[in-house]
Amino acid sequence: MGSITLSELLPDLGTAMIETGIMVGISLVLALLLGLPLGFLLFLTRRNMLLENRVLNFIGGLLINFVRSLPFVILLILVIPLSMIVTGRSTGPIAATVPLAIASIAFYARLVETSLCEVNTGVIEASRALGASYWLIIKEVLFPEALAGLIRGFTVTAISLIGYSAMAGVVGGGGIGFLAINYGYYRYETGVMIITVILLILLVQSIQTTGDAVSNHIDRKKR
Amino acid sequence: MLKLNNISVTFQSHGQVVHAVQHVTLHVKRGEIYGIIGSSGAGKSTLIRTVNLLERPESGEVIVRGTDISHLNGLELRKARQKIGMIFQHFNLIGSKTVHDNIALPLRAAGVSEDEIRVRVPELLSVVELTDKEFAYPGQLSGGQKQRVGIARALANNPDILLGDEPTSALDLETTESILKLLADINQRLGVTILLITHEMQVVKKICHRVAVMQGGEIVEENEVYELFSNPQHPLTQELVAKSLDLTLPKRVAETVQGDIIRLVYLGDNAERGVLSDTLRAHRVQINILHGHIEYINDKPIGILIISLVGDPVQIENATEHLKGQVAKLEVIRHG
Ligand SMILES: Nc1ncnc2c1ncn2[C@@H]1O[C@H](COP(=O)(O)OP(=O)(O)OP(=O)(O)O)[C@@H](O)[C@H]1O
Ligand SMILES: [Mg+2]
Repeated sequence: MGSITLSELLPDLGTAMIETGIMVGISLVLALLLGLPLGFLLFLTRRNMLLENRVLNFIGGLLINFVRSLPFVILLILVIPLSMIVTGRSTGPIAATVPLAIASIAFYARLVETSLCEVNTGVIEASRALGASYWLIIKEVLFPEALAGLIRGFTVTAISLIGYSAMAGVVGGGGIGFLAINYGYYRYETGVMIITVILLILLVQSIQTTGDAVSNHIDRKKR
Repeated sequence: MLKLNNISVTFQSHGQVVHAVQHVTLHVKRGEIYGIIGSSGAGKSTLIRTVNLLERPESGEVIVRGTDISHLNGLELRKARQKIGMIFQHFNLIGSKTVHDNIALPLRAAGVSEDEIRVRVPELLSVVELTDKEFAYPGQLSGGQKQRVGIARALANNPDILLGDEPTSALDLETTESILKLLADINQRLGVTILLITHEMQVVKKICHRVAVMQGGEIVEENEVYELFSNPQHPLTQELVAKSLDLTLPKRVAETVQGDIIRLVYLGDNAERGVLSDTLRAHRVQINILHGHIEYINDKPIGILIISLVGDPVQIENATEHLKGQVAKLEVIRHG
């Protein structure tokens, strides 16, 4: 109890940070690469929207709701076979990234859709009226108009991911969160737990601050 | 320039069927400013949105410069829309983009090169007299300035026709004046045909050449603006005209004045002739002018006078008959 020294902890802490970085980083990249387009698709296929398509919208929405309604721990276990196929292993940070990525894609897609819904429909209508193509409307109207919201959503996604990544310890993902659970909860190393929690708070806080700064900067231009 | 043939639009909302536009046929001639007026929910916005197919009519044809565009899709539809400018009540500018980029959007849509855009945008800004705001954001502009940007954007691809859905309804009186002046100017100088929706007779009076009155999805009356004001047929038109040429006597005056109170409307040449002095000479009555107003629409006058005739009942009767022969309309408001 309380017997670990800082020098003993440091290597573990370093590894944990790298693991968190891998899990969260890859998941965020995938959220951007897949969640962003999925969010656009969800928005564009809505009623009265550019690509109105009930079937597509329904299926997309259903998939996302399915992922989001599962408790993350369950998703984690459910996708183990998939992780095996995709990454060739069932444990470790890379394998744990698969469920994290799936959750973050679904999560971010929904947030993207929500931000796009906030774009003034009159502006979309005006750009349709002037003969812009869908691609031009997406690029020159929807994206810039929703950008501040897209960044806020990305910030929220990143922070939620850090929380989720702690649970990824269940499949041997490691990471800072898992370090906190492992030392603090199972081994009663309160000191380690406090250090890791402080680290997590700092991490979350800095992500939030950066995200806010960027989205506020974008918003300020409009006024 | 623009022909709408038997256009109908129906909405289904919450299980209810709304016939927003019913069998509307109208013809906007090249170079004119055509107004559509009507009360809220009459279907004006729905109708104007069918012109660029933001709203697909359920039936009917939209014919622009001789071609039916109502079945166009994809690229062809976009090309057609590029030749139909549109401005909006709430301007609908892209808030995250500069004035320059807002005006450049239709040019980019039309595939104009960036080099040309750099030349064209300042040109357009000078048409709407806003050259110093090219790199401002819409949020930094006043309502009138935003609408000027909207107009510049709508004119970017040299459209044949400009649609306006209540473009001055969100503006104050003075700004409305300046925007209407700009539109009239654009119509004159660039020869752009304008189709304008409004719920204000003032707007119609100021710049329209012809006007249609809409109610319940139908056009109930259509005429030259001056004719419509001087001789409204449909009850709604009469109400709109009466409201716009509002001349009501203060209650105290109406109650205390002696004799018959008469309302006269006189038009064109009559407005400038001495109708009253003729009557005075021919009949032994006293005429008091209680209220009056001459309005010029497209440079032609419409005069409205409220007078009282005092004297012997027979003389009053004769004088009234005499006046009736001289003016466009005479209405006895009260017998003395
Ligand atoms: N997308 C829609 N779905 C269902 N009903 C609609 C839709 N758009 C318009 N309507 C209905 O159609 C009718 C005509 O509406 P429209 O907006 O054309 O009227 P308007 O003359 O422009 O009125 P206002 O002066 O208030 O702008 C109204 O009863 C309205 O509720
Ligand atoms: Mg309307």
